[in-house]
This record gives sequence, structure tokens and C-alpha cells, in this order.
Amino acid sequence: MSLQREDVEKIAHLARLAVPEEELEHLRGELAGILHLVEQMDELDTGDITPMAHPLEMTQRLRVDRVTEENHRDQYQAVAPLVENGLYLVPRVIE
Amino acid sequence: MSDLHRKSLRELREGLAAGSFTSVELVEHFLARIREHDQTLNTLITVSDKEALQQAGAADERIQKGEAGPLTGIPLIHKDIFCTRGVKTSCGSRMLDNFISPYDATVVERLADAGMVMLGKANMDEFAMGSSNETSYYGPVKNPWDTERVPGGSSGGSAAAVAARLAPAATGTDTGGSIRQPAALCGITGLKPSYGRVSRWGMIAFASSLDQAGPMARSAEDCALLLSAMAGFDERDSTCVDRPVDDYLAALERPVKGLRVGVVKEFFGEGLDSGVGASIEEAMKVLEGLGVELVEVSLPHSRYSVPAYYVVAPAEASSNLARYDGVRFGHRCDDPKDLEDLYKRSRAEGFGAEVKRRIMIGTYALSAGYYDAYYLKAQKVRQVIARDFRNAFEQADLLLGPASPEVAFRLGEKSDDPVSMYLSDIYTIAVNLAGLPALSMPAPRAHGLPVGLQLIGNYFDEGRLLNLAHQLQLATDWHLQTPEGFA
Amino acid sequence: MAWETVIGLEIHVQLTTKSKIFSGASTRFGAEPNTQACLVDLGFPGVLPVLNEGAVRRAVLFGTAIEAEIARRSVFARKNYFYPDLPKGYQISQYELPIVGRGHVEILLENGERKRIGVTRAHLEEDAGKSLHEDFHGYTGIDLNRAGTPLLEIVSEPDLRSAKEAVAYAKKIHQIVTYLGICDGNMQEGSFRMDANVSVRPVGRKEFGTRTELKNLNSFRFLERAIDFEVERQIDVLESGGQVVQETRLYDAQKDETRSMRTKEEANDYRYFPDPDLLPLVIEDAFIEETVKGMPELPEARRRRFEEEYGLSAYDAEVLTATRPQADYYEAVVAVAGDAKLAANWMMVELFGALNKAGLSLEVSPVSAEALGGLVKRIADDTISGKIAKTVFEEMWRSGRAADEIIEEKGLRQITDSSAIEAIVDEVLAENAQQVENYRNADPKKQPKMLGFFVGQVMKKSQGKANPRQVNELLRNKLG
Repeated sequence: MSLQREDVEKIAHLARLAVPEEELEHLRGELAGILHLVEQMDELDTGDITPMAHPLEMTQRLRVDRVTEENHRDQYQAVAPLVENGLYLVPRVIE
Repeated sequence: MSDLHRKSLRELREGLAAGSFTSVELVEHFLARIREHDQTLNTLITVSDKEALQQAGAADERIQKGEAGPLTGIPLIHKDIFCTRGVKTSCGSRMLDNFISPYDATVVERLADAGMVMLGKANMDEFAMGSSNETSYYGPVKNPWDTERVPGGSSGGSAAAVAARLAPAATGTDTGGSIRQPAALCGITGLKPSYGRVSRWGMIAFASSLDQAGPMARSAEDCALLLSAMAGFDERDSTCVDRPVDDYLAALERPVKGLRVGVVKEFFGEGLDSGVGASIEEAMKVLEGLGVELVEVSLPHSRYSVPAYYVVAPAEASSNLARYDGVRFGHRCDDPKDLEDLYKRSRAEGFGAEVKRRIMIGTYALSAGYYDAYYLKAQKVRQVIARDFRNAFEQADLLLGPASPEVAFRLGEKSDDPVSMYLSDIYTIAVNLAGLPALSMPAPRAHGLPVGLQLIGNYFDEGRLLNLAHQLQLATDWHLQTPEGFA
Repeated sequence: MAWETVIGLEIHVQLTTKSKIFSGASTRFGAEPNTQACLVDLGFPGVLPVLNEGAVRRAVLFGTAIEAEIARRSVFARKNYFYPDLPKGYQISQYELPIVGRGHVEILLENGERKRIGVTRAHLEEDAGKSLHEDFHGYTGIDLNRAGTPLLEIVSEPDLRSAKEAVAYAKKIHQIVTYLGICDGNMQEGSFRMDANVSVRPVGRKEFGTRTELKNLNSFRFLERAIDFEVERQIDVLESGGQVVQETRLYDAQKDETRSMRTKEEANDYRYFPDPDLLPLVIEDAFIEETVKGMPELPEARRRRFEEEYGLSAYDAEVLTATRPQADYYEAVVAVAGDAKLAANWMMVELFGALNKAGLSLEVSPVSAEALGGLVKRIADDTISGKIAKTVFEEMWRSGRAADEIIEEKGLRQITDSSAIEAIVDEVLAENAQQVENYRNADPKKQPKMLGFFVGQVMKKSQGKANPRQVNELLRNKLG
């Protein structure tokens, strides 16, 4: 699976990262190198192995349905780049 | 100048209890050392001197009232990956350069409750992605043993600060070796606990199924003290284990005679620096002298751990780092022309090159058509690697090997070659994939630079790891050596 | 060409937990923006989710109600995409292993037949926040109070063949979740939201046509209209030689049409993977038993019971069990009134009529179930006639007073003393000698109709209080 320039553009878009045109090729090379390392996995036959998502065989604990949080809007919004009337502002979204 | 910075945590506690010095004096001493040395070393992103002196004052009161615990009044630094209420929490990134956390991480909260005093926030690789501390937005950390060299990473600031005696203790996090490798390269002791032993609440996520916080200090005994305060159940972290914390201090004194220690064959092959190999062998001889039985074990699939890791960790990271979008906190680009521009430029400006590479790799590995070949495959390889460990622990109580294939490398040496950088974690990564506890402790130096001996334990067997490390440190002085100029 | 419509619905049901699915913030509707968004809901660095037991129990109740398999092991996954109302850049949902497996519900078709509709799955997930598009000088405002509210997404099989069936199915699901009390069913507040997957195919063809997904259907009426419009549009496209494009379309209620949502150039690639912050959800038998123990009676069962226990017609039982408050009200009326059929009539005709006229819902009815029961009881025990009862009901509606109080105060009690009635009857007969003569000479077939005149006179004289049955009987005897 060789990584194409278009793949890099597609991934960058999915990841919402602006990549200047002139850096695409260099980045493609770096990513291809990493993928080459990663693809060493292919040597290993893992046919009937169960995938391991977690290191521990534990199950999900449940939280009692209780309201434990209070309003700290001002404190939380103190680190926000742009707010007005308690709302976070983003460039206009057109639906 | 006094020798307060040479004391172990136990000695500091005794001195505080006896009234030989106060916490405020102790904190002032370390702050002075930081002022003196940190311009060179760059171990700290933030020095919280005002808060530290306040906390030290409160600790002194506790001590006077006889309400002190074993860590009360002792200073430490937190890796800047832990959220600290009211104090900048940057994670080594421009993205969070302006982020003052509104809350404390559980680790921070617990150590503060124990009465420890935070001196500041340690430099680190950006979002803990790196093995040299060169990816930090705040510039590289220098290794106190040789300031032309890296301290390792990602907890490089923590390791270098402890090695240079700028703080008696530090916290770190380890996703693929980020506690053990810098501990090795800086000549200190660092422990990565079992996955789930320490709460991840408030610890900025890199790869959630691998990340684990741990102590970094000069000795196993110091680490045992710190871990006792850090470990334990936290209902805010679903992956945190609800099981009692062992008495690590008591465990230190257990006899080690007859302990079976597995020497991992694959960790001594091609790629291991011969000086490092010789140092580890010297440590093994001492262990044998202590009555430890060394047996050879094999982790036949360990060479697939780096490839599997570079799918699992970036995949999780690509998702974990999606929240940095310039809307609720963190860096936001100037004058975004639309929503997409806001996202793309804020993220491109806020993240450094290595973080972007890993986000891209992770995004690719999870994307339609590649999920099975990369992500699912890596999860299976992960299972195979965990199985290797299970088999090895049938033959041995602990496993042993080097923490890093080489001593500290030169600044810039690997920064243009991601893959060679990734391979510096070749002996540490498998442990994270399996979720096991492991530590790195100083072995005899090689090429004049520190070497880390890695000990790996079975799940929740931190006590035994610390036990053997402590007994080895009682018999040797490798962990007491201090870089020139910082004694 | 004859076309067949194929529809599948995805229904998002907000669950009635007090706190959010992964945090301790309140789910109350209508708070000031971002005052109910805690660190977890805002996706701050370092925060972690912990699953709400209440959400899991509600999903188990629903699964049990539709006779579905409850997954003993289900997994939460991340659905990754960027949107301002999605703080973490991913939605925690369930993907490969949902909590509720295949189940089914029955709907009543217009022709009176019942049809079984398959439910493919139902899974737990978190809701997103809201984007407020009113103009903030060129910006959109983001309110994350709703972010993290628990949702159960219920996915149907493509078993629905018309807009009407789709509506019947959606109403059935609405009925079940509100009966169970796992959702408040409030569609204005977005507690129950529907998306429809619609396609058409020539009658007789096995393969499905290309489908479109209709969004923003926030009422049953819009659901029906949007599907009808979309079906026609697709048929037009196909009959004019075109092809239906697989896309998401938005229903515009004002224009009554669906239009293509300008989706970005990228095909959605959500990069689902198991959420490493959450562990597999394992559900034991004991948990299910404990959850189901207090499960309310479901509409189907209640409908059948109403037919059997109260002797109601299928239609009446269906109407009275349509909602849980309605069925509860009815049973409270019966408990007081005693006469189940009479109670059903009074509720469906008088009460519903009055509510309808006043534009009120049952929940705010000025006449309580107990009060209506008290009135029906007085009809049943002959204290008042049905006609008088209507007057009493009007007064109850106005004043909220009890039936007995009004009957006593206004002296509306029916005259059942036969000698008293006989005296009035005799008076009437004496006053209308000519009519008595006519009646007696009339064709017996016409007599019943003529009797009405005398009944009317007696009722008038008694001010409506004479028992009509007794009046009839006495008149027949005396005239006969």
C-alpha cells in the first residue's frame, strides 16, 4: 500500500490540518516511512487471534444517575478564545 | 550552600519531622537551584514559586500540628501533562500555551493532599510524543550529564530535573517508555505502574489504552513512597482498577533470595550498544550475588511491538487530539474565514510536526478501507505480545533487560528521522501494549553516561519490582551518582 | 409503472435520566446556555467518561419491551468527525456491538390488520450540543448544554411500505418509550427525533432502490409529508430516466419539500474504533431481572386487558391505551365509577370533546379522573340521568367541583320514587286527553313513536329529574 500525495491530502482534511502545498511531498515521504515500519506487522500471521482493545480484562463500571455538577460556566469560559452571552462563537455555520 | 538537594525523600521527611529545616526552607533551596541551573537545562515550563511557598507554609503548619504524612512538605515537579488548577498546563504544546486548567488531575490532587509542594511544571515532548524532549514547543531539555545530549522523552524535563537535583521527585507519564527511557538516559529511577493502577483523570490523553502515570525519583524507595500516594481507585476513570494498593514500603524489605528473574533474550540482540549491554550484565552479576536466580526467557514477538504501537498509539491520539479545535480552549488562529479554516489553521499552527505526523498516521490507520489492515491487525499483534509476557511469567517472577538500546544521544541526532527515533523505545513499548508495570533504574554508566536497567513485573506486582530495585540499590551506589556541576 | 416504497426509520430517543450519559451534569431542558455543560461535556483536556447506570437500565427496558435480545457484552465506540456542536471531535456511540439486538413491534394498519415491523437494533450514544444560527455578527453560537444527554437510537428494518406505516411505527415507538417512562416524548423539545431512509422500486423487484436519508423530521405530520414528497420526487426522477442519488436531504416544512443538504465533498469517514476510555459493558441476568421487575405494563398488553377486563371494544381499548396518561386516567375513572363501559363513553365523548374544544391536553384537564368517576358513578346508580349528567359535567368543567356537590346543591337528583312519578304521569295524561285518545286508536306500530310525546311532557314537568326508564314503563302500562 504505497501512500500517494492524494492520500496525504485526504488524511490532512479528515484530521483538519492545514498542510501547505510545498510540504506535501516531504510529509508523504515521512508518513510512508512510518507506514513501512508499521507494515512489518504483516509478517505475523494473526488469523484467529482475538484483537486486544484493553490491557486489562475488566468491564465497565456504572455511575449512579445523580447530578453532581454545578454551573461553572464563567470559570470554564475564562480560557475560551471567543464567547458571547455564554455561547462559544465559531464562524457562521451554514446548513 | 546546604546539601538539602542530596537527601532522599526519607531523609527529607526525617529532617522536616525533626525540625532541622522547614518546608519553606526546602522549597526556597530548590527554587534557588532552579534559578541557577534551569536556564541551561530548560527542565521546567512553569515555575510556580508563589504557590509553592504558600503550600510549603501550609505544610509546615501541618508538620507542627503533628498532622504530617510521609510526604508532607516535600517538593516535587509535575510533568506538564497533568492538569493543575490555576496553573498553566501546556502539555508542551503551543496549542495549550494559553491554557490555565480549571481543575486538578487526580494525581496532582492526591500528592497535594499528601502535603507535597509543587515547584512547577516539567518540560516534555509535545503531547508526550517523542523520545528526546525535542518536540516541545518550549525548546529541548538538556541532559545534565552532557548538555549536548537529550534527556530522553517524553518525560525528559522530569528526569533531567531530578537528575540535576532541581527537585527531589517528579511525576511522569509513560505511553511507550516515556518514564523509563528518560529515567535511563538521565540516571534516575522511574516506574510505570500497571495500566489502571493510577488514575488518568486530569492527565492529558495521548493514547488512552497505554497511558499511565508514575513516579520519577532517585531511588526505588523514593518511588515507593510516591507511588503509595499516587495509586488507587478513582471513580472518575472507568479504566482505573478498584483493588487495594499494596504496601510498597513494606515490600521493599522483602528478601529477594531465590527470586527468579527472566533475562529477555530478544533485548540483548542486534541494535544494543555494547557498552549498555556490558553495564546491564554487570548489574546482573550483582543480582546473582544477592541470590537472585537468572533464567533466560523469550518474548518472541517483541520486535512487532514498535510497529503495532505506531498504529495503536497514533490511532487513539488522532481521536484524543480532535478536541483541540480552537473553540472552547487552546490556540485559535487569527481571522478564520470559515469553520474549516478555523479548524485547519488553528490545528496546523497549534500542533508541532511530530504531533501532526502521528495524527495523520492514526487518521489513516482508522480510515475506511485501512482499519482491518492497520488498526485491527495491531490489536491482534498486541494480543500476541501480551501472550508472550504471560508465557514468560510462567518461568520467572520478574523480567529484566536494558531500558534503552543506547545511552543519551546528541541533540538533533534523530530529530529528522522519525523512524530511528521511534526505535529508541524498542525495549519499553511492549510493556505498554501489555499493560504491565516496569521500572528503569541506574546501572553502571557506559561511555560516561547513564544506563537504565529495566525490570518488568506481572500485573499489579509493583511491590516486587520496587523490592528488587531497592535491594539492588542497597548493594550498589549507581543511583547515587550525580552529574558534574549538580552535586 | 407501479412503484413500491421502502422505508426504514432511525429514531433518536432522549432518555429521562437526571444526569448525562457520561457525566454528572444535569439533563434539564431549557437552562441558560452552557450552564449545564461540565468539563466532561466540554471535552476539556484530561477528562474521562463514566457510564450512567440509568441510561443502561432504560435501554434494557426498551429492549425487553420489543422482545429483543439484550447484548450481554456491548462496546462503546468513537465516531470521529469535526463539528462545533461536538466538543471532543468524536461522538461516543455503539457501533459493532449495540446493547439492544433484533426485536419487533406491531402496528395497526388502516385496514385494521396488524403488521410486524422489525427493529434491527438500538444503541446508546451521547447527544450533541446545539448550534444557534441567529446572527452573532457573522458567527454561530454554540450551546453545549445538550451535549452528553443520553440517547437511544432505534433503527428499524426497511419493513415500512408507506408514509402512513412509517407514522404508525413511529407512533408505536413513541408510545412504548413513553409508557416505559424512559423518554418524555416531547417532540417540540427534541426528545424524540426521526430520520427516514426512503427508496422506491418497481413492484415485484427484490433489490432495494437507492435510498435517501431525510433529516429534521420533528413531528409525525412532517414525517408523513416528507416521505410523501420524497417518494414522488424519486418516482419522478426515475420515470424521467434519471437516477436517485444517495444523499442526505433536509425536509423544509415551510415549503413542504425535501432538499439536498450541501454535504461536504468528502464522503463521511467516521473512523469508528472502540473507545479506549470505556470498557466493555457486560450485563448480567440479575441486572436485567432487577431492571425489568418494575416494568410498567406495555400498551399491547394493556389494550388486551382493557378488552377482557372491562369488556371494551377493540377500538375503544386502542384509543384509551394510546398513551399511558390516558390509560391511567381511564383506570382511575373506572375505579371510582364502577361501570367500565359507561366510563369509556364518558371519557371518549364528553371529556375528549371538551378537551379538544378547549385545546387542552389530558394532563391539564380541569376535571380529574376521580371527579369524572364520581359523575359516571351517579349515572350508573341512577342518581341522575345521562342528560342531567351533561349539565353537571359542564359545571364541573367550569368550577372544578365534585359531581355530588353540584347534584345536591341544584337538586338534580333523579326522581325514582314510583308514586311520585305516577302522580306526574297521571297529571300529564289528564291534561292531554285528546292525545291519549289518539294514541289508543293508533296503529300499534306507530305507538312507540307517539309515546315519546308523553315521555317528553313528563320529563318537562319533572324538570328532567324523573327516571326515564320508569316513566316509559308507567306510561306504557297506563296507556296500554
